[in-house]
Amino acid sequence: MSGIVTQRAGSAQRRDTQIGESLWVRVLLISAALLFLAIFLVAPIATVFVSAFSKGAGKYFAALAQDETIDAIRLTLLTAGIAVPLNVVFGIAAAWLISKYDFWGKSLLITVVDLPFSVSPVISGLIFVLLFGARGWFGPWLSDHDVKIIFAVPGIIMATTFVTFPLVARELIAVMQAQGSDEEEAALTLGASGPQILWRITLPKVRWGLLYGVILCNARAMGEFGAVSVVSGHIRGLTNTMPLQVEILYNEYNFVGAFAVASLLSALALVTLCVKKIAEWAAVSRQAKRDASSRALAPPRAAVSLEGIVP
Amino acid sequence: MRFKTRGVLPGFGLSLGYTVLYVGLLVLLPLSAMVIKASSLGFTEFWLKVTDDRALAAYRLSFGAAFVGSLLNAVFGVLVAWVLVRYRFPGRSIVDALVDLPFALPTAVAGIALTTVYAEHGVLGEPLAKLGLKVAFTPLGVTMALTFIGIPFVVRTVQPVLEEIDPDVEEAAAVLGATRFQTFRRVIFPALLPATLTGFALAFARALGEYGSVVFISGNMPMRTEITPLLIVTKLEQYDYAGATAIAAVMLVASFGMLLLVNLLERWARRAEA
Repeated sequence: MSGIVTQRAGSAQRRDTQIGESLWVRVLLISAALLFLAIFLVAPIATVFVSAFSKGAGKYFAALAQDETIDAIRLTLLTAGIAVPLNVVFGIAAAWLISKYDFWGKSLLITVVDLPFSVSPVISGLIFVLLFGARGWFGPWLSDHDVKIIFAVPGIIMATTFVTFPLVARELIAVMQAQGSDEEEAALTLGASGPQILWRITLPKVRWGLLYGVILCNARAMGEFGAVSVVSGHIRGLTNTMPLQVEILYNEYNFVGAFAVASLLSALALVTLCVKKIAEWAAVSRQAKRDASSRALAPPRAAVSLEGIVP
Repeated sequence: MRFKTRGVLPGFGLSLGYTVLYVGLLVLLPLSAMVIKASSLGFTEFWLKVTDDRALAAYRLSFGAAFVGSLLNAVFGVLVAWVLVRYRFPGRSIVDALVDLPFALPTAVAGIALTTVYAEHGVLGEPLAKLGLKVAFTPLGVTMALTFIGIPFVVRTVQPVLEEIDPDVEEAAAVLGATRFQTFRRVIFPALLPATLTGFALAFARALGEYGSVVFISGNMPMRTEITPLLIVTKLEQYDYAGATAIAAVMLVASFGMLLLVNLLERWARRAEA
């Protein structure tokens, strides 16, 4: 999962294999793969939009304009607006640390950064309840000082930050490791300072990976359900995010409303996939450019291959 | 060129300090709160809570459905990766992009969409019901949802390996008289095996903890279609913090076990490549 953008960059040029399957085998395999994806991927995503517009565009927009839905959208924007920047700053620091230095405990740190991925979203919510809930570690102190974290907005933001926190870091670590630090080291010998190197060399170099990391982090932050559902308390108009609003509307049999909110989140997911595709193309063309320039520096190939032919 | 053991670039102390502080506050502190809470229960109480009938039924469903779903993904994931890498057909790059949809789509959205598709009068639910297969609100529905969220893992781990396989090897096998199927079974498949297993383990680990996409389609009947994460939520809603924590600890151990397995598999894969 990590470094999809970079891993795929190496395969810019593929050659058609001379040997291969007969035409009907190819058609059979392609159809089987497409049928699998149609059943499991295309049917659900198409259903979201079909159901959202099943009663016409008027009902769709009316469903989105409901007060509770607008409150949910506002809370979701606020949550992502805090969680994403926090994780972007962390992602840059962690990627810089892991890709530029060797130190003791590095692989342990990488494992810890990945931890939230292997923790169930429900457990991600539970740990914050155990810390800040009424009967949690800090619960009594918080209620003495009249601070509410669980069943309130701060808990939602914390749980969201926890769940989405490896996303930017993982993407950047993979891209930075693949690109190496030659340019940064060159800049250092030319007298650039640390912030200058980061701002003028590294960030421009990784911009597509960073953009994909940010967009993915944002999509996941806006769409997080399990962890947020545990800490939110489902207080209408106050602690309902968009995915929780989807659940409430669906359970009230308000299918148009539920799918209307879901369609916004689905559109965001589709945009995320597009950005990923663009980031992959950018990585491939960067790799191709580097290959071309290193070929220009290498000795002409003809001289090498002639050796084999001329006795 | 490296001075001492680290890199030459500035900012080591700053980035190390910030990263460790952030990870410590946001990840290690909350997780250790859970571990301490679970260990404060006392062994007998802990054991009773994690082995009551309802919990056992939930583990069975979670592990069983996650296993079947990941197995489906292992088979079809290799097929999809193969088709995407080896063949050219219209719409290939759209299909390639769509594979990541389960990463980007909120789980609650996936949940209500899958339920609608597989409900008794849904697009796919109706024909399946005529065949006598009830999907929504049964363990089969849980398996379908867990298959959906696991799709990208096997495809994305197998794809790069498949791209790196040298066509010369396959040509050599063909020249030596192997049929295409023999070449796949004896030459290509062994090369793909470590990546396939890694993808399987990743999909399995994700499926174990999955909540949002399952709660809608499962129907949530205790003992029958109640997955373990839902049981944790139910216990929390009844303010049974101890019970929720105990079961969560079991799940946490299971997912750390999977994480360890994935690390070992990746190490094996790297050695197989070298």
